[in-house]
Amino acid sequence: MNPTFIDTEKFRAQMEELRRNGMDFLRDIIGMDWGEEGLGAIYTLENSSTHETCEVAVRCTSRETPTIASVYDLWSVAEFYEREVYDFFGIKFVNHPDMRRLFLRNDWVGYPLRKDYDESEAINPIRMENEIPEDVQRDYEIAEDAERELYVKQTNKIFGDQYIINIGPQHPATHGVLRFRLALDGEEIRKIDVHCGYIHRGIEKMSEKMTYPQILAFTDRLDYLSAHQNRHALCMCIEKAMGIEPTGRVQYIRTIMDELQRIDSHLLFLSCAAMDLGAITTFIYGFRDREKVLDIFEEVTGGRLIQNYNVIGGVQADITPDFARKVKEFCNYQKRKIEEYNNVFTYNTITRKRMIGVGVLSREDAISYGCTGGSGRASGWACDVRKRHPYALYDKVDFKEIIYNNGDCYDRFLVRIDEILQSIHIIEQLIDNIPEGDYKVKTKPIIRIPEGRYSAAVEGSRGEFGVFIESRGDKSPYRLKFRPMGLPLVAAMHKILKGAKIADLIAIGATLDYVIPDIDR
Amino acid sequence: MKKPEIKSIPYGEFKDNETLEALIQEINKERTNVLVGKLDELINWGRSNSLWSLTFATSCCGIEFMAVGAARYDFARFGFEVTRNSPRQADLIMVAGTITHKMAPVLKRLYDQMAEPKYVVAVGGCAISGGPFKGSYHVLNGVDKIIPVDVYIPGCPPRPEAMLYGMMQLQRKVKVEKFFGGKNRKLSRRDMTDGPIIVTNVPTSETDNK
Amino acid sequence: MLDFGTITTATDQYLHSVMPTQAALLLECILVALCAVLAYVMLAIVMIFMERKVCAAFQCRLGPMRVGVWGLLQVFADVFKMLIKEIISIDRSDKLLYNLAPYLVVMSSVLTFSCLPFAQGFQVLDFNIGVFFIMAASSFGVLGILLAGWSSNNKYSMIGAVRSGAQMISYELSIGLCILVIVVLSGTMQISELVEAQRDGWFIFKGHIPAFTAFIIYLIAGNAETNRAPFDLPEAESELTAGFHTEYSGMHFGFFYVAEFMNLFIVAGIASTLFLGGWAPLHIAGFGAFNAIMDYIPGSVWFLGKTFFVIWLLMWVRWTFPRMRIDQVVSLEWKYLLPIGLVNLLIMTICVVCGWTF
Repeated sequence: MNPTFIDTEKFRAQMEELRRNGMDFLRDIIGMDWGEEGLGAIYTLENSSTHETCEVAVRCTSRETPTIASVYDLWSVAEFYEREVYDFFGIKFVNHPDMRRLFLRNDWVGYPLRKDYDESEAINPIRMENEIPEDVQRDYEIAEDAERELYVKQTNKIFGDQYIINIGPQHPATHGVLRFRLALDGEEIRKIDVHCGYIHRGIEKMSEKMTYPQILAFTDRLDYLSAHQNRHALCMCIEKAMGIEPTGRVQYIRTIMDELQRIDSHLLFLSCAAMDLGAITTFIYGFRDREKVLDIFEEVTGGRLIQNYNVIGGVQADITPDFARKVKEFCNYQKRKIEEYNNVFTYNTITRKRMIGVGVLSREDAISYGCTGGSGRASGWACDVRKRHPYALYDKVDFKEIIYNNGDCYDRFLVRIDEILQSIHIIEQLIDNIPEGDYKVKTKPIIRIPEGRYSAAVEGSRGEFGVFIESRGDKSPYRLKFRPMGLPLVAAMHKILKGAKIADLIAIGATLDYVIPDIDR
Repeated sequence: MKKPEIKSIPYGEFKDNETLEALIQEINKERTNVLVGKLDELINWGRSNSLWSLTFATSCCGIEFMAVGAARYDFARFGFEVTRNSPRQADLIMVAGTITHKMAPVLKRLYDQMAEPKYVVAVGGCAISGGPFKGSYHVLNGVDKIIPVDVYIPGCPPRPEAMLYGMMQLQRKVKVEKFFGGKNRKLSRRDMTDGPIIVTNVPTSETDNK
Repeated sequence: MLDFGTITTATDQYLHSVMPTQAALLLECILVALCAVLAYVMLAIVMIFMERKVCAAFQCRLGPMRVGVWGLLQVFADVFKMLIKEIISIDRSDKLLYNLAPYLVVMSSVLTFSCLPFAQGFQVLDFNIGVFFIMAASSFGVLGILLAGWSSNNKYSMIGAVRSGAQMISYELSIGLCILVIVVLSGTMQISELVEAQRDGWFIFKGHIPAFTAFIIYLIAGNAETNRAPFDLPEAESELTAGFHTEYSGMHFGFFYVAEFMNLFIVAGIASTLFLGGWAPLHIAGFGAFNAIMDYIPGSVWFLGKTFFVIWLLMWVRWTFPRMRIDQVVSLEWKYLLPIGLVNLLIMTICVVCGWTF
């Protein structure tokens, strides 16, 4: 991956040009600190119909007041991505309507992902007083005069004197520690303000000090429900950079494991969606069957939730002799159980009433917000990485990309249920044909990646999971960026929530299916 | 000295009995009369068999915690029946997952909101020491820095069986407590962060203005 | 069949013979209150245990197992714990109302509970407007819930309380209409007479279609009255953490918890009294021997049996259905149940006037 650098002056015009030319999916904005060469950002774009990709990079002129023109009006998701870059690098996006920190506390000192950031406890001790949320959004503009200084154009009050209620960070239905501040009018939601970062662990910064095999351990803990896929992505990226070609056996094992993990995740989705809607029995049913997947994981990898199975050049250990038998047993069992969930929950009148027509995300918005995964496919956007940019064995197996068109909660729910069946279908095609061979390619004891920029993407359980590595030839990456699957979903929340009620917020949150540690990283 | 019993698991099978015995000795320094002792036993029986936990999870361990509540492991069997969503009604908080700088005050506040008697179980490496994220700029290295922890359950994430074992260790600890004349409050009122929150650092729009 | 009336009358006469009237009355009041509260508590414990086991069975679990045989003592452990748990006072809350609210809820439910006829003559209050009194007593429980939500100084509680106000007051109407259907059918409001009239056939059979419709509507509305799924919006665990009782701890919370279960019992008890014949045994006209055998089973067994059957039905519903949304709850009542109930009442009146009942 080699981005084209654009002049800061011409940046905005070029981006508009790209947007006009059909680059409607902004995959990610990667904030960069190139040290001497200054701060900047890399934009990765894709054409949602031709799947053509391009990378654009821009450098800020000054390190003291770094600025880049905002593109939030071209790609809606940029609003959150740019806030993330501002939070980590201190780059201010001109004309962005809401330049607040996204992850860190608003009294945090410094920008942690800059290379000259001082991590000492003295500067940022653990503050035990509660954080008071900023109630103003700031909008920056560059003065048109000769000095071209940055100033605050306007400040908007977020809520004013509306009735505000906090959902989260400790709330049973936010699936972790996400926090929404809602302005309510009776039961109806007027406005939403999303606060992330309650589980921001600074994985990207930590990775810059670790060796590649060490970094692998973090990927499992990003989105623990797509542990395999995440790790697969990072391994793939490193293998690509080092020119290692995993054996056929490894590809088979990885693909099967990815799909098992997807089933695991979708079962958990079903459980949690049911619980959020109040059907606790279905929650337990989902967990009951999920244990069967975990049994297989445990036997092969030794771990239940976090398996640490993929390694650079292969997998940690070979599959067990009765792996195929167990997987086939599970597939047959699970196909029957889907019927049970449908009878108990999916076709239930209340479920349908709660979900149909609620929280509609249009196809245009899904693309503009970059909502990949099941949520995007429920809106009619064919965004499956397995089909767009096939990896592993996905170009060799036959499976259907599940697409629904209404984009409401019910479709988002059905997509996942159908995907379980598709995953079973994929596994059944592969499980009897696992070729003999090595389960791991021999690698050097110390892994160094040649200088350059590399990226890889896989279809995680809830969207496109991307890895970007900029290497300077060391044992550890110069910059490592994960594309979160959940951040676009959360960014789209306020669009989806138009006219929704509190109960709808819960249903929407449940069916969008985000995992907070993946958003916060 | 009376040893706490857990149904169908012999005393010797448990690890770390020394800590428990030291605790019993410290608690029982002063003698109590039989009636009060019996009443204490009854109360402890009730408390230890009815530990309702708060639904609190920040990351991976939370999923395993849910698994403990689900069909296969089913902690309702031991009396940990209900997970309460309101801290007021919960008896213990299972700190399942990494606690970051931003979350730390929230966790402390949750703990303060719980009604006595309250217990804390640190689940997983992150809650015990920071775990794999120990070196991070935004991670609290161990929840025992901000709230008193009763039981540590190591693992990343701990298996459901480990969680059940940890809960039983907590039961044993509860069983030797003294309600009458004992220390019923873990933190004094003064240590709690109630009262008005003093705001010192609200960013204003003027700070960035030219 | 055993008539408890003889025992109570004998006790009354004995007390009057050994002490002055006022003293005897006072003693009787205390005795009756003690019995009622004791029965209330015991039934609550049975109900909680039943709920856990039933729920566990639906969810492929075992439920409480370790405390006592089959977990029989589990609820006692919970009670002990709750009794000694700290009761938190909330800053900037309305202290008086905050502390009063749980008692209001429990009072309303104990009062309604004491009107239930457990067996022939075994009933605290039996007067000519018994059904009316039950409705009145049960409907001030909502006051406690509203106060709890209002005085807690918590937004979740507040939303929960407003929801429950909207919901419970709405569904009260349907319950009233269903009860009216039975009153029209039987021509009395006195509970003992209502049950007496069902000796030769339960109202659900006597009143055929309108009575059965009323029974179904009553179960739905009753479920809503008790704030249980799919109508558990005032508590809505996944939306409002714990709804109107978010801020309550210790025994205050325990009161809400117990009252919720006992309201379920009361709803089921009224359903069994009005529709399924209360303590009246199952009689089929023309089968003399069968009827005689049925008569050997005591009335309280009949009553409790029917009540627990209805409870089990409601638990089944609770552990199966997801939660509704507030607008759906309100529109279900005002757009469907209430009009159906009104038409149903009309049909029943026509049936009674034309003599089309059994």
